[in-house]
This record gives sequence, C-alpha cells and structure tokens, in this order.
Amino acid sequence: VENVRLLDRLSSRKAVLGTLYLTATHVIFVENGSETRKETWVLHSQISSIEKQATTATGCPLLIRCKNFQVIQLVIPQERDCHDVYISLIRLARPVKYEELYCFSFNPKLDKEEREQGWKLVDLTEEYSRMGVPNNYWQICDVNRDYGVCDSYPTEVYVPKSATAHIIVGSSKFRSRRRFPALSYYCKDNNASICRSSQPLSGFSARCLEDEQMLQAIRKANPGSDFIYVVDTRPKLNAMANRAAGKGYENEDNYSNIKFQFIGIENIHVMRNSLQKMLEVCELKSPSMSDFLWGLENSGWLKHIKAIMDAGIFIAKAVAEEGVSVLVHCSDGWDRTAQVCSVASLLLDPYYRTMKGFMVLIEKDWVSFGHKFNHRYGNLDGDPKEISPVIDQFIECVWQLMEQFPCAFEFNERFLIHIQHHIYSCQFGNFLCNSQKERRELKIQERTYSLWAQLWKNRADYLNPLYRSDRSQTQGTLHPQIAPCNFLYKFWSGMYNRFEKGLHPRQSVTDYLMAVKEETQQLEEELEVLGERLANLQKSQLGDIKVKSKQQDRSKQLGLSTSNNSLANTPQEYSNDLKSFPSRSPSQGDEEDSALILTQDNLKSSDPDLSANSDQESGVEDLSCRSPSGGGCLPSEDSGKDSDEAVFLAG
Amino acid sequence: MEFAELIKTPRADNVVLHRPFHAAVEGTLCLTGHHLIFSSRRRDNAEELWLLHSNIDSSEKRFVGSLGTIVIKCKDLRIIQLDIPGMEECLNIASSIEVLSTLDSVTLMYPFFYRPMFELVEDGWRSFLPDKEFELLSSVTDEWRLSCINRDFSVCPSYPPVVIVPKCINDEELRKVALFRHGSRFPVLSYYHRKNGMIMMRSSQPLTGTNGRRCKEDEKLINATLRPGKRGYIIDTRSLNVAQQARAKGGGFEQEVHYPQWRRIHKGIERFNILQESLIKLVEACNDQSHNMDRWLSKLEASNWLTHVKEILTTACLAAQCIDREGASVLVHGTEGTDSTLQVTSLAQIILDPRCRTIRGFESLVVREWLQAGHPFQQRCAQSAYSNSKQKWEAPVFLLFLDCVWQILRQFPCSFEFNEQFLIMLFEHAYASQFGTFLGNNENERAKLKLPQKTMSLWSWVNRTEELSRFQNPIYEANSLVIWPAVAPQSLQLWAGVFLRWNRPSKYLDEAQEEMVKIINYNKELQAKVKVLRRHLAELEADERMRENP
Repeated sequence: VENVRLLDRLSSRKAVLGTLYLTATHVIFVENGSETRKETWVLHSQISSIEKQATTATGCPLLIRCKNFQVIQLVIPQERDCHDVYISLIRLARPVKYEELYCFSFNPKLDKEEREQGWKLVDLTEEYSRMGVPNNYWQICDVNRDYGVCDSYPTEVYVPKSATAHIIVGSSKFRSRRRFPALSYYCKDNNASICRSSQPLSGFSARCLEDEQMLQAIRKANPGSDFIYVVDTRPKLNAMANRAAGKGYENEDNYSNIKFQFIGIENIHVMRNSLQKMLEVCELKSPSMSDFLWGLENSGWLKHIKAIMDAGIFIAKAVAEEGVSVLVHCSDGWDRTAQVCSVASLLLDPYYRTMKGFMVLIEKDWVSFGHKFNHRYGNLDGDPKEISPVIDQFIECVWQLMEQFPCAFEFNERFLIHIQHHIYSCQFGNFLCNSQKERRELKIQERTYSLWAQLWKNRADYLNPLYRSDRSQTQGTLHPQIAPCNFLYKFWSGMYNRFEKGLHPRQSVTDYLMAVKEETQQLEEELEVLGERLANLQKSQLGDIKVKSKQQDRSKQLGLSTSNNSLANTPQEYSNDLKSFPSRSPSQGDEEDSALILTQDNLKSSDPDLSANSDQESGVEDLSCRSPSGGGCLPSEDSGKDSDEAVFLAG
Repeated sequence: MEFAELIKTPRADNVVLHRPFHAAVEGTLCLTGHHLIFSSRRRDNAEELWLLHSNIDSSEKRFVGSLGTIVIKCKDLRIIQLDIPGMEECLNIASSIEVLSTLDSVTLMYPFFYRPMFELVEDGWRSFLPDKEFELLSSVTDEWRLSCINRDFSVCPSYPPVVIVPKCINDEELRKVALFRHGSRFPVLSYYHRKNGMIMMRSSQPLTGTNGRRCKEDEKLINATLRPGKRGYIIDTRSLNVAQQARAKGGGFEQEVHYPQWRRIHKGIERFNILQESLIKLVEACNDQSHNMDRWLSKLEASNWLTHVKEILTTACLAAQCIDREGASVLVHGTEGTDSTLQVTSLAQIILDPRCRTIRGFESLVVREWLQAGHPFQQRCAQSAYSNSKQKWEAPVFLLFLDCVWQILRQFPCSFEFNEQFLIMLFEHAYASQFGTFLGNNENERAKLKLPQKTMSLWSWVNRTEELSRFQNPIYEANSLVIWPAVAPQSLQLWAGVFLRWNRPSKYLDEAQEEMVKIINYNKELQAKVKVLRRHLAELEADERMRENP
C-alpha cells in the first residue's frame, strides 16, 4: 500500500510518508525519502493488538500495538486498503498452528552441525552437576521418563534420595497437575535447597501420606536443619479460596517440621491488567509529572515487582543465612513459582549473573519446568485470559537488581531487552510451546534454531563493561535493599518506552565504556606487535657499534617526557597506523576529533548483530532504534525542532 | 561575644553515635564554637565526625531515665543520633547546639574564623571577574559595553558593580529603566550565543501597574538587542494569572502594544514556600522506612518536587530553543528576577554552551548567574528540609537548579567535565560551608562584609588539583554541540545522590565508579605506551634506513 503515513507518537506533526508492505512474516514500512529509505520491520508475532480508528479527512488510521512495547500509528489514504490490511494483519498476527511461526522459516544460514551445537550450548545436566547433584542426598528420578507422571515436567527431575518412586507418584497425585516437589536449586555449601511444586489438593481436610513423606525427604536431604519453609507465593485469600475447589495449601499440623508462609504475589490476571494500565500511562501524550506518577502508582506495577523481589529475597535469606531448605509453590507452580525461584537463585549464585548462567537459569526454571510460554505470550491464537507478562516481570526484577548492583552482572540491559523481544518473536525455537513434551513432539531442536547460540555469538554486545568477577558484589549472595525509598524501584523506560528514543538518555555510559574497552584491547594488541617489531629491529642492530645503541638508550629515556623533538615521524607512517587502527589513533593530534571518532565507532560497534543481519533477522530495524543512533548519541542538531517545540511548549 | 559562654559542657565521654547503615559507635563528643566533633576511641578504627553547627537544620532532645538522646537533622539531609549519658550534660549540649546553629550574625559564621590548611594557588575571589567575561564577549561582538553605573550599588542594590548592557544605551537611560523595573533590576546581558549572535537577557518584572505605565527607555533598551526585522521572545516565568495579579501590586508584564516586536510566553515556575514545602515533603517521603510501594509513589507524587524540576527544565529548554532554533533574542524575567529567572537563564546556558559543561565554566556560571546576579543565598539557604520555621524567603531554588543540571548530566553522561559529586558539593556549601562564597545575599552585602578579604573562597579550594580529581567525570569527552534534554516524566528521575544519599549503602555504586575510572585510566596508560613505542620504532627504522643508505 503506497502513500501511507507513519505518525510519530510524541508529536502529531511529525509524520513520514512511505509504503507499507505485508509479507508472510513481517509488516514493513519503507520511508519514501530518496536517501535514507528508513525501514521499520515488525514481526507478525510481535503484534499484540490492531485497532482501526474512525476515518478522518486525511485517511484511515490504524494503530498497531506490539508485545515489545512498540506502538505504530499508520494513516492509510483509502478506507478499503485500510480494511484489507486490518483483516490480513488480524489473521497473520494470530497463527493457529506452530508451523506458521517464523522460527520454522527463519534461517540464519547455519549448517546442521552448527545448529546442533547451538542447542547444546545450554545443558541442564551439566548445570545440576555444577550445583553438586546428584550426590548423597539427591538423585535423578526416572519416573517421568516418558512424561508418565507429569506431562508439564521435564523427563529428568532431581528428588531427594530417600524419596522412592512410590512416594513421588503418591505425592504427584496429591498435587495440582501432578507437579510434585522437585529440586530447583541446590546450595553446595550448606546442603540447603530450593524445591518447587504446585499446590496440594488438600481442600479442607484431605491429606496424603506420600506427600508428607516427600516433604520429610526434602528436609532430610538437608541434615543441618530441622525444618523446611513451605512458601506459598499467593495472597492468603486466593489460597483459601482454592480450598473450596479441593486444592489449597499445606496444613502445618499434618506435615511435621514445616514452617508455612504466604507471600502475596497476585495472579496472572491482576498482572495483565497492571501492565495494561502502566502501558496506558506510557502512551499518554505529554503527561504531567503528577499524571505519570499517579498512573504508575495506580497501575500497581512496581508494587508487584517488589512483591516478587521480596519473595526472592526471603528465600535467598532462608537458604544462605539460615541454611534452611524451601519448598515454593503457587497454584500450578509454573508462573509465580518460576519467578520466585529464579530471583532467589540469581541472588544466591553469582553464576546466574553471568551471561551463560542467565541462559541456564531461564532454561532451568522456566523452559524445562513447563512455564506455558505459548499461552502466556500468545504465540498461537488462544485464550486472551491466559496471556500475562510473567517472565517480563522476572526480567524487570533483574534490571532493578542491575541498577542497584552495577558491577554484579556480566551482561547489560540490552541483553535483557533482546531476550524479552525474542520471547515474543517466535524467531527461535527456545520459547515455543507450553512444555518440554510438546517441544519434543514438534522436534523443535531439529527444525528451529536456538536463541542462546545467537546471543552467545554476539556476546561482545551484551557485556557489562563494569563487570569484574573479583568484585565483592560479584561474589556470594546479593543483599538488595527492600524499602522502596532505599532501593529506588524505578520505572524502566528502556523497556516500556524503548521505541521512544527521544525519552532516553542521549549518551550511554555502557556503550561508551564498551568502546573504550574495545579500544584498550586493540591497544594491547598493537603494543604487542610494536614490541615485537622493536625487538626484531634491535636484534638486527645488535652487531652495530656501541655508540649507536647508547644513542638509542638515551632516546628511550626521553620517550615519555619529550614529544616534539624526537617526533621526526613522517606523515606517511601515521597514515599507515591509521589504516591498521582506524578507531582513534591516539598519536593523531586533536582531542576533539578523536572524541568524535570514538563516538562514531561506538555507534558501529553498539549493535553489530543487528546491522549485520538486517536482511535476515526480524525486528531488526525496530531493535536498532533503541541503540544510540546518529541523532541520539551525538545529541543535537537533528533532534528535530518540531518535536522539541511540541514538548517544551506543551502545557 | 565569646563562644565559650555558650558552651557549658564542651566535652562528653561515652557518647554513642547512631547513623543509618553504620554500626553504632561509642566515643567522645566535643563542642567548639563552630563544630560538633565526635571521635571514637576505638584504636583499630579511629573515626572522627566533624559537623559544622551551621549545617544543623534542627535538633531534638529526649530522655529515657538519665540517658539523653539528641537527634540532629542536617541541611545536607543527613540525620544522626547521639546518646549522651547524664541529664545535665545532655541538656547543656542540646542547648549549645540550638544556639550555635542559629546564630544571627553573619560575621560570627565559621568562614570568618576558618584558616585554610592548604597552600593558596589561586585566589578564587578573583577567578571569575566580570571584566574577563566581557573581554571574551568583545572579541566576538562590539554591540555591548561594560557599564559601571552600579559602582557603589546605588542604582540597583542586588546587582554587581559592573553589568553588560547594549552599547547604544547610556547610563542616564539605564537609570530611567531601573526605575521602571522591580528592585531596579534593569535588563542586562546574560548570555551571547556565538553560533548565531542571538542573546539572552534577564531582568525583573516591569512596573506597569494597573494603568499600564510604559517606559520608552526600557523599550529602547530591549529593542536594541533585536536584529532588524527580527522578533524576540519574552519568557515570563510566572503563569499569566500570577503575572496579571502582580499588576495590582504595581508590577506586571510587557504589553504587546508597547513591545510589538516581542512575543510573550508565560510559564508557571513556583517560588518560595511552595518549593520549600515541596522539599520538606520529598525528604519526609525519602526518610520513610516503611516498605510500602504505594505510599512511596504517592508521597513522591504529592511532594511535587519532580513537577518543579520538569517545569524549570522545560522553560530553560524553551529559552534555549528560541535562541538556537528560532534565531531570536530572549528576555527572561519573573517577579524579582532573582530566583526562577536565574534557574532558567543558567540552565539554558548549560544546554547551549559547551563551556558551561566544564568545571571552570560551570563555576563561572554559578558566579555570574547566581552570586553576582544577586540570588539571595543567605535567605534562601538559611534552612533546609527539616526546618520548622515558616519564613517566607527560604526556598531550595539553587538545589532545584542543581537537580536540573543532574538530570541533564544523567542524560548526557559524557558531555560534562564534572561529576555528580561536584553538584552535591555545591549543594552542601550553599547551605553550610567553611568558605565565604555563598554568604550574603548579593555583591553589595558581600562587599560590606569584606568577604574577599576576610574569608576564603570556595573556588580557591576546589580548583586545586588534589580536590579537582574527585570531581572530574572520567568519561568526559568535550561535546561542542547543543544538548537537548528530554523532559518527559519518564525521562526524569529522583536525584538519589542527594535525597537518598544517607538512606542507602553507597558501596556498590562507589565500586562502579571506581571501576569506570580504572577502565579509563588503563586505556590512557596504554595509549601513552603505544605512543612511546611508535616513536621508538620510527626512530629505529629511520636509523636503519640511514645505515642502509648512508
């Protein structure tokens, strides 16, 4: 469709004319401008809603909201075209079969072996053995070998050694969806563990001997402690309501040596509405500070984030400080339980704060334990009431921790944002389906690619330049502040307003430091090369008369202090240097120039994965929007008079 | 008056000091004329706390049996608690603190007694003289002159002795303009934009009153700054409503009929007690240790602090935009022209002028646009967030300005030569200091107090290499462009470095800072090494060539 206008959300006056293309996988908008022809690509799977608004004199407006928080406003001249686009998008955005998803057609030009290698990058067996299991207390149980006991669990589940198959099966029958207690994290140092399950089917009075034995077994697997915590992550009221349906929570009288605790995290419906409300606030046109803060508070979003974090902190404290094992559950044990277990693991174990470790963590607590990615993130057309930003909240918790502990994480904000993007993009097979069983049936590993391999390949872009493994905050347990005024819970504009680049800091410390580090590395290499060349030259001159070498010694001493006299360098040689080290040749004069070069360099290096793959990877254009682009990083001249005016004159 | 008379108990032992995020320490408390000194006796970890009495915003005492407790709340927002055994000692100390922290006379303040322990390299009182500033200006334009009309502060008591005015306006005309402006603050040059020759002036409100008085000289003066055929903008920092109300009190605003070449824009920047109350509410919210998220956000919202930040920044951006984008001259004023006006003119310069983003440039800006421009520091900064007095003239105007600078710094972290610590240091010294820089309400008062002769300038201390290194931004790269900050609510944050400073452990953030410095220093070190090696190699190769072809 031609002559479509793409509106800028911040200023209605700024609109660009271009052509809209619909392909099998993307919506593409190409600007008409002869030189730039900027393209905006949106994956169909990212579209969360399409809204056709009342036709106006200028055309028919179409509003596309994306799951990665991009909002696109188009005006299509002809009503009929608009309707056609609308109908097509509605169909395209809601695929009914997995085979329609992008990952089945996406091909990053890797051969079969590379693909298999990619899938092997994250290996959970290796992860459990890193934690120190199996050992004297824990073993792999094979009761779920063919998903016979619980179809949403993985085949390999770690349970206490003293829990026999009889106990496990018995316990599973007493738990919602048969999700029996299984190991999530094991702390080598003190044998304390985090286990997870679903709610017990206790109703008002039912009990199950095997389930009680199961909890006993978990306690016994930690000989240093005489009780375990059972943490129900739901609000007490919700849990009590479940009793009427024959579900509920553990009765402390029936289970020996447990301490029962409610931690009120709201359910997926509350969270969905909360996000909705917060996004409405983000979408306000030139809101006042009060509108914004009031809307943020009213959405309750940060309150929910804090609740999840508090639960994680409670568990991490029980494990690390008290040495007590914890069993965590909610209703089904695949949403709040996943959030809480992974936050606790992240706080406890520095490994999960590395790039590789974080991938492992998501694979362990989310993917393998049957977090329902398909339902929660609406990959296939389904019940809208199943959709909820569960993992988004976990990702935000990580970001909040990164703000508080800037040196503790190996990865940066961009890593989190790209993971969030791909959870919805369906470009990689990792997050397809609702369980391991379904993924195996679909033969995901043979037919699609792994996101982890892609991220790992481009890991240089996701590094936190401030991370050093020897920092105190890098090691051991993190102890975050919990009062909202101490630990300033912040609104994450990098995520929720990530396509409004005008709202973000125009210069990024992370990108700057990454560029400096890259340059440092080049300097190190050059130093080595120069050293070698120097040594060779000196060797060849060794036979020379002593006088000469004396002269050299002198010039060596002078090296640092004088700079003009001995600089009899020819310009020729400078340009050679420039060729081999294009990024800011330090010997090349003018400070200001080099500053500019550095920033530009930094632009190039900031998102190479995106620019390099722009033809094959989806969402490329939209992602690159958030990286500092020309106007963004070098502030200024082109930041647009109109938009400035609109902003400053408003109100 | 002897301070000794006010100190009945100069020393108390076995005092316990409590601070957030520190273990309680036992030690000795000493009171001197200007300081409260606490030193712990522990040999392994001797610790001393020196607190200026003038830094104390409020103090409370209470007793449990004979154990007295004094809670001291400081102007830098810190709260400490001292447990003092002995009722009499505690009472004496409390009353001494009360009196010493609220001394009326300026000449009893610490700057008049302070003897610096460092070698004076440069006299800060002479670092930023108006003549130097004018020299710079006259190298690019000859349309302005330095007027000494206010030499003895007789024309405008709150202006400095010399001001920059359009060349075509003589001193006689200036006198007439002064009569037409509130507090005699006639329009003077604030900033010259080299890029396009546009200028920014500041003044106070015109005294039009209800019957629409006019002043030909005033019109002539401000029209003299316009290029032929060009229009200018008058930015009134008050809302139209407030400006109209001011007419009843003899004030007012420029009428279109008399200033046809100027477009007037009203913005509502708050002043005085509204700002003070906002600060009090904000700090109260920050000190609330309850763990409830809803309360925190609603208290933050109710304080309106960020609303003020947003409004001030927006107005400054507007002024900068008029100058840089519209190519228009700008006149900024509110009522007196000593508060919101200065916030706007100084922030606009930070946006427009890369020089103001350097350490010296920023110091010069503070001197020009705040100290010399007559912001009444002594009145505004007499009390901070814990004050109980309801005096009308206390207001965190300067702190809001620093907060806005911090917001821009956060958005352009590589464009400033100084770091957040520099801004926090200025905040501290504006409220309590051993230096005389922020004493007095204007140059007139400073001259009468003979501050340059009797006290040390803050700049003399700051601008020494030892101190400067603490305030330098490791990732600074000079940026010659105009920087446009974002002013949407999503883009503004609470300045944790000031408001949560004492309520959070800073260890992890400090480590990040250290790491950053390390990365940059290592890079610089390598650059130097490479440079040396390259030169060597070049020399050796030259030798080689010489040997080969003698």
